[in-house]
Amino acid sequence: MENFQYILPEIFISISIMLFLLVGVFKKNSANLIYNLSIISLVILLAIIINLSSLDTIYLFNNSYLIDNLSNYMKIILVGSGIFVMLTGSKYIQVINLNKIEYPILILSSILGMMIMISSNDLIVFYMGLELQSLALYVLASFNRDNLLSTESGLKYFVLSALSSGLLLYGCSLTYGFSESTNFDQILINSTEFNYGTTFGIVFILVGLAFKISAVPFHMWAPDVYQGSPTSVTLFFAILPKIAALSVFIKFLYTPFANMNDQWQTIIVFISIASMIFGAVAAIGQKNLKRLIAYSSISHMGYALAGLATVTNQGIQSSIIYISIYLVMNLAFFSCLFMLKRNDKYYENIQDLSGLSKKHPILSFSLLIVLFSLAGIPPLAGFFAKFYIFLAVIEQSMYFLAIVGLLATVIAAFYYLRIIKIIYFDSEKEEYDTSHNLGLKITLAISTLFILAYFIYPSSITKIVSKITMI
Amino acid sequence: MNFPILSSLILLPSIGALFILFTKSSSGKYQSSKYVALFISLANFLLSLYLWYVFDKNSVDFQFVENKEWLSGFINYKVGIDGISILFIILTTFITPICIISVNSTITIRLKDFLIAILIMETFMIGVFCSLDLVVFYLFFEAGLIPMFLIIGIWGGERRVYSAFKFFLYTLLGSVLMLVAIIAIYWITGTTDVEKLYELGIQAKYQNLLWLAFFSSFAVKTPMWPVHTWLPDAHVEAPTVGSVLLAAILLKMAGYGFIRFSLGLFPIASENFTILVYILSLIAIIYTSLVALMQEDMKKLIAYSSVAHMGFVTLGIFTMTQQGIEGSIFQMISHGLVSAALFLSVGVVYERHHTRLINKYGGLVSIMPRYAIVFMVFTLGALGLPGTTGFIGEFLILMGAFEKNILVAMIASLGVILGAAYMLWLFKRVVFGEINNQELKSMKDLKTFEIITLSALVIPILFFGFYPEPLMNSIEASVENTLNMYNFDIINNLASKD
Repeated sequence: MENFQYILPEIFISISIMLFLLVGVFKKNSANLIYNLSIISLVILLAIIINLSSLDTIYLFNNSYLIDNLSNYMKIILVGSGIFVMLTGSKYIQVINLNKIEYPILILSSILGMMIMISSNDLIVFYMGLELQSLALYVLASFNRDNLLSTESGLKYFVLSALSSGLLLYGCSLTYGFSESTNFDQILINSTEFNYGTTFGIVFILVGLAFKISAVPFHMWAPDVYQGSPTSVTLFFAILPKIAALSVFIKFLYTPFANMNDQWQTIIVFISIASMIFGAVAAIGQKNLKRLIAYSSISHMGYALAGLATVTNQGIQSSIIYISIYLVMNLAFFSCLFMLKRNDKYYENIQDLSGLSKKHPILSFSLLIVLFSLAGIPPLAGFFAKFYIFLAVIEQSMYFLAIVGLLATVIAAFYYLRIIKIIYFDSEKEEYDTSHNLGLKITLAISTLFILAYFIYPSSITKIVSKITMI
Repeated sequence: MNFPILSSLILLPSIGALFILFTKSSSGKYQSSKYVALFISLANFLLSLYLWYVFDKNSVDFQFVENKEWLSGFINYKVGIDGISILFIILTTFITPICIISVNSTITIRLKDFLIAILIMETFMIGVFCSLDLVVFYLFFEAGLIPMFLIIGIWGGERRVYSAFKFFLYTLLGSVLMLVAIIAIYWITGTTDVEKLYELGIQAKYQNLLWLAFFSSFAVKTPMWPVHTWLPDAHVEAPTVGSVLLAAILLKMAGYGFIRFSLGLFPIASENFTILVYILSLIAIIYTSLVALMQEDMKKLIAYSSVAHMGFVTLGIFTMTQQGIEGSIFQMISHGLVSAALFLSVGVVYERHHTRLINKYGGLVSIMPRYAIVFMVFTLGALGLPGTTGFIGEFLILMGAFEKNILVAMIASLGVILGAAYMLWLFKRVVFGEINNQELKSMKDLKTFEIITLSALVIPILFFGFYPEPLMNSIEASVENTLNMYNFDIINNLASKD
């Protein structure tokens, strides 16, 4: 029983979910209350995780559950960004009449699923967490059920995700069959010799994970789902599942399959290059900001994966730094998107930004910073994210990957510049609302300042992340 | 010296920009912001003059070095100057207040934002010239793209969007390869500290590729033929002040980079690629001079002449002689002053007559006599008449070239003649002749602030033209040191081959 103190975060959030569900059923019109309570419970959750994070590596439940530096850090940024996602979206879901009790509860349950994924050290536990988060995400994607696009995106996500889960599960069973265990460490010990079964297992598992992270060629769902879902859900999609999937990626590649890096390295390099280039090229023609940011996130995931392809601790750390900075940039970008509201209608086309800078100088400046940072121009945070990745990649003399990646940033710079051009150079349109909820303003201010001032003390994240070692 | 004077130089304009950002002007015209910006940039100018005064000209070491931990464990924030960088810093701090004064006439919308952009730009430009770490250098080098992109894009002419994009993407594409090279240097040698790299040296087998990666960035920024096409577009569409900044300082970053990094870090590769640089420089000198002859737009003509002048600069640097390199540095300073002045002069008539086409002008000498005089000085400076700074630069470069390769020097000399041809022809068509266009008659001569800015540029052009000693003094020791290191490495490399 004493083990339970270590999974206090998971227990706490499970109880919260059930409690909020009860409150929602028995108390009429409690949507707002539950929304706020969920934010508070996430804050408490964050406090609990931070409190536990000082401990060493701990194996729980027959080694099937693992709490270490990686899982702690990932959980902290997961829950932290979860708080900001809920803070920014609170006004939005009220305006578009989605403020139902299920919404925060679904978000919490998918966070629970992600936490289990992050900490899992066993194929079955991992799959359980994955399905918990996926099921919640299917519903969230189609949450705006009267909207054609939203239902379409929910269905699309469900079908494709189920397919990829199937592949993943097949990969898990192959791995189990050939390495005689579901435990990650045991798989590592048992799979010292090369065999085709495990190799196939790796491929199928990587396909499933690449789908979750929306890497090319398993990215097809991302643009539609990003565009169709309510914006607050898109923000959720853009950040949290990616954190969870990336940490599972790290876990799979460097625990059970660590001995077989010659098998998976090429796959990761291919996925990474394809994502970087495809994301950059395909985003050029987009007219919808949410769709554009979907392609941009595909490209960003390519960079994060490039770090993993190096098979070094430095590479893993650079990926983790990348995702941390990526989530801040996305938070800032979506905060700006939430501010494009006029008479209770949200705007999400690129042309709606036309001439924004004349009436809304501060909002435009934030967008400017965010977009240049997404493009990776120094001295903004986005540059350092890419810098660490390339530092790790070039250390391994993978010059081809580095040069392709950097050329992709130049292509990507084009469409970011195009948005900036529309904001700053084009003629102005009507004014947008200027009153926004406090959570949104705070999020935008914090994230923009982070991006802008990151260069003053760039070691802030590095110092924490450098504790995470997998090899 | 415990006072971080270089960091103050870098940061002061940014602080001024922040100050302007958070002040509200009651009149809505933001005149007060302009005075703040002017004050800040003048203070920075005085600070840099003081720096020049306390700078020890005989020492070959980097001075006023500040070294602080930055990216923990592997990269330090390191700045410091030698005799070469100090001149560029003074050029930057000198041109910026002139730009701010000239803002008066050319910028009508969003003055406040424009001033912020210029001040931020100044921060980055000074940063480029003092950084002693490759990553810090890259950071400043690239960051300058952001304000310049906005300056061209927001306040530019009709085709500003195209030009701004071209400018940004061209330079970004050039620079990313440099980033790969910088990271590669880090893994090869274990440091990106320039001073340490000078001592350690980089193994000969890596040098060629690294040199090419740096070259791709500097060649675009210089700009060298055939990647110069962004420059005329950017110049034509940028507002006057933007053109001034671009021509006077941004182009010099690459020339500075050639001396500091290409020569300093990769001497063997520089030796290998000398011929390539010679050929590209000669094409730039001859070809763009011919192109300049045919231009109908004044700004475009000056832009092409900039390419030709920068061709002289690259030629001079790669002669690897004391005269050649000193001449190149002098030419860069001179071109910084002269091209800034020429763009301002074009701005003066453009603002009155709203066209830059040469054939719309003629006979300005009878309407604007004062303007005719200063314009003449700048024209003569551009074509390198003895007594102006342009002459000394070109003369030294040609001297250096003759020492190395007579053919190259002879072809380059043709460029001097062509330069005289297009500048004098421009002057003749704009200033002399009869007034065919009756609208010109209503044009007023120079206003007070224009007299201030233009004469501020006339003085150094003539003064250093007659008496180049102060500039030469400060670069001499550093150039000699660079060359010594260079020759030392070359001889060592030859010895190791035998």
